Amino acid sequence: MALIEVKDLYKIFGPNPKRAIPLIKEGKSKKEIKKETGCTIAINDASFEIHRKETFVVMGLSGSGKSTFIRCLNRLIKPTAGQILIDGVDIVKMDSEQLRELRRYKMSMVFQHFGLLPHRNVVNNVEFGLELGGMEKTERREKAMEAIKLVGLEGFEFSLPSELSGGMQQRVGLARALANDAEILLMDEAFSALDPLIRAQMQDELLDLQDKMHKTIIFITHDLDEALKIGDRIAILGPDGRIRQIGVPEDILSNPADNYVKEFVQNVDRTKTITAGSIKQSCPVLNSSKDGPKAALHLMEKHSKSYAYLVDSQRLLKGIIHIEDVIELKKKKENDLSTIVRHDFYTTTPDTAIADLLGTALQTKHPIVVINEENKFLGIVSREMIIAEVNEGVDESDTPTVFSEILEETETLENE
Amino acid sequence: MNRIREIFDIGAGFENIIEWLTEEADWLFDFIALVVEGFLEGVNWLFHFPPALVMIGLFSLLAWRVAGKGVALFTLIGFLLILYMGYWSETMDTLSLVFSAVIFGLLIGLPLGIWASRSDSAWKIMRPVLDFMQTLPAFVYLIPAVLLFKLGPVPGVIATLIFSLPPVVRLTNLGIRQVPLEIREACRAFGATPKQMLIKAEIPVALPTIMAGVNQTIMLALSMVVISGMIGAGGLGNVVLKGITQLKIDMGFEGGICIVILAIFLDRVTQAFTTKDKS
Ligand SMILES: Nc1ncnc2c1ncn2[C@@H]1O[C@H](COP(=O)(O)OP(=O)(O)OP(=O)(O)O)[C@@H](O)[C@H]1O
Ligand SMILES: [Mg+2]
Repeated sequence: MALIEVKDLYKIFGPNPKRAIPLIKEGKSKKEIKKETGCTIAINDASFEIHRKETFVVMGLSGSGKSTFIRCLNRLIKPTAGQILIDGVDIVKMDSEQLRELRRYKMSMVFQHFGLLPHRNVVNNVEFGLELGGMEKTERREKAMEAIKLVGLEGFEFSLPSELSGGMQQRVGLARALANDAEILLMDEAFSALDPLIRAQMQDELLDLQDKMHKTIIFITHDLDEALKIGDRIAILGPDGRIRQIGVPEDILSNPADNYVKEFVQNVDRTKTITAGSIKQSCPVLNSSKDGPKAALHLMEKHSKSYAYLVDSQRLLKGIIHIEDVIELKKKKENDLSTIVRHDFYTTTPDTAIADLLGTALQTKHPIVVINEENKFLGIVSREMIIAEVNEGVDESDTPTVFSEILEETETLENE
Repeated sequence: MNRIREIFDIGAGFENIIEWLTEEADWLFDFIALVVEGFLEGVNWLFHFPPALVMIGLFSLLAWRVAGKGVALFTLIGFLLILYMGYWSETMDTLSLVFSAVIFGLLIGLPLGIWASRSDSAWKIMRPVLDFMQTLPAFVYLIPAVLLFKLGPVPGVIATLIFSLPPVVRLTNLGIRQVPLEIREACRAFGATPKQMLIKAEIPVALPTIMAGVNQTIMLALSMVVISGMIGAGGLGNVVLKGITQLKIDMGFEGGICIVILAIFLDRVTQAFTTKDKS
């Protein structure tokens, strides 16, 4: 069962909002309904599921209803119609006491402008949620300290928020949300107020934290690059408050559901979203436990290369072998390839964006080897492959022009 | 015209109301007078009991802790001057009147301000009343106070607390309404009850603004307490009044200096609270 199930959800702001629903079903537009009834449609017939432990990103332009949606999940906003089931329980029907329980123990939230209490220092802010739940002082202090450590704010426990930079303030916001150990983390444009460098850093740290903690994260953003980087799945909201597409990042990029999504996706910097893992090629390798010089020469000859990669029987990477060393080895009548391996080549992990590989790829004559954390050989990425990918997203009309063509053009213009 | 005045005699109408109040509700006013008098006596004793030099030391220490060296030095010299001029007892009388009126004023004003911040309809009613209260000249408050509570310090305190009420109500309301939406949302998102939100977030965040209201209320109270000298409230008001009515220029001037010293002391010390919390 999915952790969160949203069924036929509507949120309409304005006087007597329920009467707008039949109008929506008649197919009238957001504008027409606004004119007719004075109601604003923020969420329009949303139905989908959020799985346990996934990072679900909701994105859309300003005013598309993202904040409204995330606030429905913890009922800061009451939906106009529909159901939101969390572990099978409909939270739309909960009374205020049940909602407080839900908010204290089941979900917590990180805000765009941090929402910290200015008169409380860092620890006191972090333990705020625990304090509301009535946890005893020493216990909540301990948990707050753990959360502070998790977000890397040690040493700032007793600073006031106003003494911290934006990035650090948001770490406090994050620590506060982590402190109560809630299963669900709601993040409304949590990094949008930060400058780009800090923002990228916070994204990386969130990914690291998620690797360790496995929360269910609902992350709102209006930035597609951020969505692609963080999201396991992405939902794209249209300007009418309707969900246009839900899918894994790859899916959204390669099969946009409609023109709206397509336009949205066009502006992505491909080099930042395509990773080494997604373009890597497999290549034949030598196995140190069974292959000798003869097999090595045969392999290199067959692929017309002057080198080959050596792995062990678990496919863990040992290094690179050059043809001249193999010939030496053969002359000496020795068999062990691992005595001649070299280590002077580049490796990368599968989730590295190709933008980060380009510089290295242009310098080195060997391909870059893709390995995982255990050094397992996954494939290679060559300079040619990276350039081909970069080229894919290039708009033909913006590419440089050969000078002779320009001269020809001016000549014909003059002749006219 | 005269016929109309006979039918709608405003002055007589007011007299009737006061008469009715003093006859039918005198137990209520007696009770209020009793409470105020008891409190005032206690406060009076508190300010008069320690020797003047000890009090001056305490005031200076307080000024030093909350407002810094300069204000402390001013307090020391100022109060020594008061003592030297021989108005110590009157100054302490005035201070007790101000203190009592402000305490009662806050007991009424803070809850009113909080209520106004929570309910638009309550604020809609309170606002014109506060506006009206602030346009009336100070003397006007003396009339019902005298009629309902006779002469002396008690009607002085009552007139003062009503006169000085508006700023604290206004600024409490304003301060709480200005608490950023995200802070409220954060409170609710972490499961705060409305009471927890008020105590742990809204009031502390609004505190500098509320303290600005308290500061204004104290200053208004001081000015009113002096005016209540006219209805026998005692203290420095009496001194100034005597100076005016008996043409004793020296007395009026010295009383004035004492009031200014007290005013600066109260203003600087309470203002320090409004700025200290912001930094
Ligand atoms: N309290 C409200 N009363 C009336 N209309 C509202 C209210 N809150 C939001 N709306 C409207 O609902 C729509 C969705 O707003 P919402 O704040 O959810 O958008 P958003 O996607 O979060 O935008 P942004 O990127 O600017 O934060 C907008 O048209 C907005 O004007
Ligand atoms: Mg928003």
